[in-house]
Amino acid sequence: MTATVRTVEEPVEPEPLHRALGLTDDEVLAIEAILGRRPNGLELAMYAVMWSEHCSYKSSRSHLRRLPTEAPHVLVGPGENAGVVDVGDGIAAAIRIESHNHPSAIEPYQGAATGVGGILRDIFTMGARPIALMDPLRVGPLSDDRSRWILEGIVSGVSGYGNAVGVPTVGGEVVCDDTYTGNPLVNVLCLGILPAERLVLGRASGVGNLAVLLGNATGRDGIGGASVLASAGFGEGPEEQAKRPSVQVGDPFEEKRLIEACLALLDARLVVGIQDLGAAGLSGATSETASRGGVGMDVYVDRIPQREAGMEPFEVMTSESQERMLAIVEPEDLDEVLAICARWEVRAHVIGTVTGEGGRLRVYDRLDGEVLADVPAASLHDDAPRYDRPLAERPAPVPLPAGAATAPADCGADLLGSAMDTSWVWRQYDHQLFLNTVAGPGAQAAVLKLKDPRTGLATGRALALTTDGNHRWCALDARAGTAMVVAESALNLACVGARPLALVNCLNFGNPEHPEVMRQLSDAIDGMGDACRALGVPVVGGNVSLYNESRGSDIDPTPVVGLLGMVDRLERRPPGATLLEGGRLLHVGRRSADLGGSRWAAATHGGGRPVGALPALDLADHRSVCDLVRDLVADGLVAGISDVADGGIAAALVELVAGSGVGVSVTGLDGHGELFGEAAGRVLACVDAGRVAEVEGRCRAAGVPVADLGPTGGDRLVVDGLVDLDVAAVTFAWRRALPAAFATAAVSH
Amino acid sequence: MTRRVGVVVFPGSNCEHDVVEAIRSLGGEAELLWHDEADLRGVDAVVVPGGFAHGDYLRPGAIARFSPVMTAVAELAASGGPVVGICNGFQVLTEAGLLPGALQKNAGLKFVCATVGLEVASTRSPLTSSCEPGAVLQVPVNHFEGSYTCDGRTLDALRADDRVVLRYVENPNGSLDDIAGICSEGRNVVGLMPHPERAIDPLLGSADGVPLLRSLLETAAVGA
Repeated sequence: MTATVRTVEEPVEPEPLHRALGLTDDEVLAIEAILGRRPNGLELAMYAVMWSEHCSYKSSRSHLRRLPTEAPHVLVGPGENAGVVDVGDGIAAAIRIESHNHPSAIEPYQGAATGVGGILRDIFTMGARPIALMDPLRVGPLSDDRSRWILEGIVSGVSGYGNAVGVPTVGGEVVCDDTYTGNPLVNVLCLGILPAERLVLGRASGVGNLAVLLGNATGRDGIGGASVLASAGFGEGPEEQAKRPSVQVGDPFEEKRLIEACLALLDARLVVGIQDLGAAGLSGATSETASRGGVGMDVYVDRIPQREAGMEPFEVMTSESQERMLAIVEPEDLDEVLAICARWEVRAHVIGTVTGEGGRLRVYDRLDGEVLADVPAASLHDDAPRYDRPLAERPAPVPLPAGAATAPADCGADLLGSAMDTSWVWRQYDHQLFLNTVAGPGAQAAVLKLKDPRTGLATGRALALTTDGNHRWCALDARAGTAMVVAESALNLACVGARPLALVNCLNFGNPEHPEVMRQLSDAIDGMGDACRALGVPVVGGNVSLYNESRGSDIDPTPVVGLLGMVDRLERRPPGATLLEGGRLLHVGRRSADLGGSRWAAATHGGGRPVGALPALDLADHRSVCDLVRDLVADGLVAGISDVADGGIAAALVELVAGSGVGVSVTGLDGHGELFGEAAGRVLACVDAGRVAEVEGRCRAAGVPVADLGPTGGDRLVVDGLVDLDVAAVTFAWRRALPAAFATAAVSH
Repeated sequence: MTRRVGVVVFPGSNCEHDVVEAIRSLGGEAELLWHDEADLRGVDAVVVPGGFAHGDYLRPGAIARFSPVMTAVAELAASGGPVVGICNGFQVLTEAGLLPGALQKNAGLKFVCATVGLEVASTRSPLTSSCEPGAVLQVPVNHFEGSYTCDGRTLDALRADDRVVLRYVENPNGSLDDIAGICSEGRNVVGLMPHPERAIDPLLGSADGVPLLRSLLETAAVGA
């Protein structure tokens, strides 16, 4: 069904329960039409969580349809727990990204930790063993006390949960900007692999089969997490503290045992369907498995293990207590299922049965007891309202201030401010477990050995993984900016010798009831579609996080993409950002001195806000650059490489120099514009002097411009006429930026 | 001569498959030993691998030491059989009293995952017997509670008896005397915080763990 937003709220009754639960008056009328009667309190609570923005995508669904989702290797596209692609040799890869923004703003450690736990369950629900996590993080500036507290809490949460659960965190991002001060972004991506023939879908089938709840007992934590937290913005004051109990609490040891038990159940083919309990808890898992399987389900509240006495049925049915799974099991397999769970010390209880009763989800207080709720299972998610919310006109372009044409007095200082080492973060993450990590955090993209999950034997190939986002580009032009983000991601994969296979997205936006936010969302989806079509990448899954706002102010639009790629021949480690003594530094791609949308222009001429029109992006040209760079890297012709993106050539130079301790002398740049501009489709490559002719020849053959910027070596970073810095000073500044922010804070408190 | 290495699995262990893969890549045989069974199935050596046995609840290793398998591991150790505890396994062995001292939270109170230099301080152990004395090996560490500590008398004994097996070149966690690994009085039980199984393939950054695990396989082949 489609509903329209009422502009004038007409109260149905005074202080109605449904409003407290986040349902609009129109939505309640829709529920009454479905049920043919007024819903009771439990039913309202179930619809409230399932029809929340977070669970139903009611504001974004009509737009998401415009994304390309098909390719021959796509086994499962958007809409399931995770996207799945065929990666050859009978192996499939499952991938998903999710946000845990709102919980992390309230309680950073548990918010981030349970974000990790949730994304892992989405992956092993598909029958895949999770092999890697990534965590793109965005917080306010490090000069802000609360933002440092949030970042430290988030990182500790990812570290504390991810390390203990035993899945390596192989990359991510750390972005600090004032747009995230009141509303940090914690996105978490997980990759898993499975034998392609073992793919499992979250479906119930077979009337008389049993619904078995595995894992944690159900408590009062996380009640209404999706609807209370993730589907409304932040105000200020005591009401924010009051939301704290809506944040779930994670237990990685429970999750570790749950992973092993579930994979053992799937190996033994003892479950006909399995579903994680995420947002909306049991209401979500029972209704989704039933409706996907076209069956009904009866659930008995008294059979659900509860952490405390006196829990109300609505609490039990909507709690988001972590580390729980719902397995659909044939009665004759129950004993074996219980035995496997016992071995892994995982609780397992039959809480319901699959029925054929017209697809009804019925909640009883006990077997043969009172019916507490009786709704069509499919209506909880299939019939959620869809809103075609109004779109504002696009904002007027923000011109580049005239002053930006003048070179700064000290380009060196601006260059040092263009990049920072994030190892303070990722040294806290186990990034090596499973012996797959050929390139890990800090690389342009992670490279993970691809081993056959049935035998553990290497295939000689590798998966590559990167996450990227850029709020400045997207704030200026959501469509072109998002296309640039996808383009950058593809180029990151090329830098490690990989070709793209599939994309997942996490769309972090503000309040969808603001027409300008809906315009950003709509345009970002179109930009993503443009780039994915041009680069031949299907979108296999996504997550939409709206209401990222604080004190009435929306965050900059921040679509984050995760791109999975394939290294077809894993023969060597990718070169990484490094320089050779005695090599040459080549600029590969079309040169540009366009400062529009750049970090430098925002910092020096925008008061921190992005300014200018984005440099033009030719996606066909970009694809040629990606293909060329991938081949140069795969053939071992490049000794060191950095893509040119956020921070421009300046940031790339810092990373190349600090990554190697080797200097470079660059000549012929078109002023500070070329140093700090962020036009897409370019890399800096360090090439052995004896191979320059071959590389230049390959570039010309591919129709990609190439320029020799100068020799690498020595102990100075020189950009002719703009920068002359000691290599040790560059390395020190790059390494110290993040730890120094925390060290200073410790002293000042 | 078989070289069968048993790798103990507790609920919460997570490096067991990595150790098995590393042992097999060096030509050894490896099998998993479940924590609930006091039976080592005749293996020649035991590795207690890394991870978070029983969630590290209470204290790392504090619950795992009571598992039935640890009785059998203690018997193997008492009979002179090679036993190696890696990371969480080192913590388990100290809790079980098979090695002296304890592992505290890192100096800096942060988890550390990084490749560090290790100096081979003694070659008189099942893990270092085929290493060059004084050689520096690049091996990853991955822990929150890896700062080795013990009382003064124990430290004196460790030094006097050449029982400090590996030392950090640059101490990542505040360990006493830069200690990365030690062995028991009988020399057959070794505990170390670094992960040699993570350094067996140049594609992953280092193959310096190979001489360590090869030493173990050679010791296992000779027999207890």
